[in-house]
Amino acid sequence: MKYVFDFAWLGQYWPVLLKGVAVTIGLITVGAVLGIALGIFCAWARALGPKWLRPVITAYVELIRNTPFLIQLFFIFFGLPSLGLQMSELQAANLAMVVNLGAYSCEIIRAGIQAAPRGQSEAGASLAMSPIQTFRHVILVPSLQRIWPALSSQVVIVMLGSAVVSQIAAEDLTYAANFIQSRTFRAFEAYFVSTAIYLLLAIALRQVLAAVGTMIFPRRSRQ
Amino acid sequence: MIEFSLWDILRNLLLATRWTVLLSLVAFIGGALAGILLLFMRIGKRRALRLFAKCYVELFQGTPLLMQLFLAFFGLGLLGIDVPAWLAAAVALILWTAAFLAEIWRGCVEAIAKGQWEASSSLGMGYLQQMRYVILPQALRIAIPPTVGFSVQVVKGTALTSIIGFVELSKAGTMVTNATFQPFTVYGLVALIYFALCWPLSKSSQILERKLNVAHRNH
Repeated sequence: MKYVFDFAWLGQYWPVLLKGVAVTIGLITVGAVLGIALGIFCAWARALGPKWLRPVITAYVELIRNTPFLIQLFFIFFGLPSLGLQMSELQAANLAMVVNLGAYSCEIIRAGIQAAPRGQSEAGASLAMSPIQTFRHVILVPSLQRIWPALSSQVVIVMLGSAVVSQIAAEDLTYAANFIQSRTFRAFEAYFVSTAIYLLLAIALRQVLAAVGTMIFPRRSRQ
Repeated sequence: MIEFSLWDILRNLLLATRWTVLLSLVAFIGGALAGILLLFMRIGKRRALRLFAKCYVELFQGTPLLMQLFLAFFGLGLLGIDVPAWLAAAVALILWTAAFLAEIWRGCVEAIAKGQWEASSSLGMGYLQQMRYVILPQALRIAIPPTVGFSVQVVKGTALTSIIGFVELSKAGTMVTNATFQPFTVYGLVALIYFALCWPLSKSSQILERKLNVAHRNH
């Protein structure tokens, strides 16, 4: 093996990588917030929503969880325009991430809700709380706290999965790596560096989510 | 311009599905074998091996599968061999699957009560005997549902190999779209085929979990 590794291109191309990182962070921030919101709504609809809505949600969750993210992305970006829904690359990427995370987080949050003791919601009702109030204060928040670690891992998985949005030319970190390797012909080095950045992003994202967790659940039900 | 009937599209997609299934099987079986090796390193007594397995799992769970595919594709090329896409795809998927399976199985082994280890060692069993007769048979039972569940991730993971040029279901979908200009239909069908592959696995994982848990709950 006579290959000589060369990272000299970093001097010239680091702004490209930085921009890619910024786009990836932006995508996962929007994706996580909206995706979890969608997940909460779906979990609510499955537990307490109107009867006709429940099979729709179940179908959505099963369909998303059993198809690859890449195909969901292609369907949204290439398929939906034929129905008249035009989107930019970034919008399509973000929509795909929200739809994907929504289904997974619905399932995770539902597991948390099912683990909530039945007496809790009865207690809420006996305190004359409305069903919505009971859901929000008695069921949802403790459930979210319970499943926060699982939800956090799912967000990290979606962030790592977002690498494929480069395939519809959304200019994320992977797109930056592709761009650099096409200019410098240093494919291995470019992907090596961006893989290392993804690893750091994943570690940082875990820390951030843990911090967010302690922030929004301030020792609520800790005995 | 040639007209493509729905059957033409579906037939081509189904032909490509063979490769998705084959690659999934290779990745899963290869990953399971490598995963067992990793598992024994991870729960064994040698500190260096434990650390290696831990870092391996962290590394593969903390980076995108797509990047692992790229690195396998271009990294194997550095060794001076001409790397066909299927080889890079298989290598990357096996390594990736091994990391996840090892971590799932580690959880299952650690779920076995400590008393079981103590009881078996008080019977004078060696490490291998403990593993063979006491720990693994019990761990295997709880390991089946999550393992079957993870096979869904493997099938979905094979979709990414289309990006490095392996022609399987997703790549066929892109190629058929380019020929027919019907992305809505084609990607819709591709999604349905993936669903038909994955949904039975997800469902059986759920059913197995319910069934195998019955014994567990009565303890």
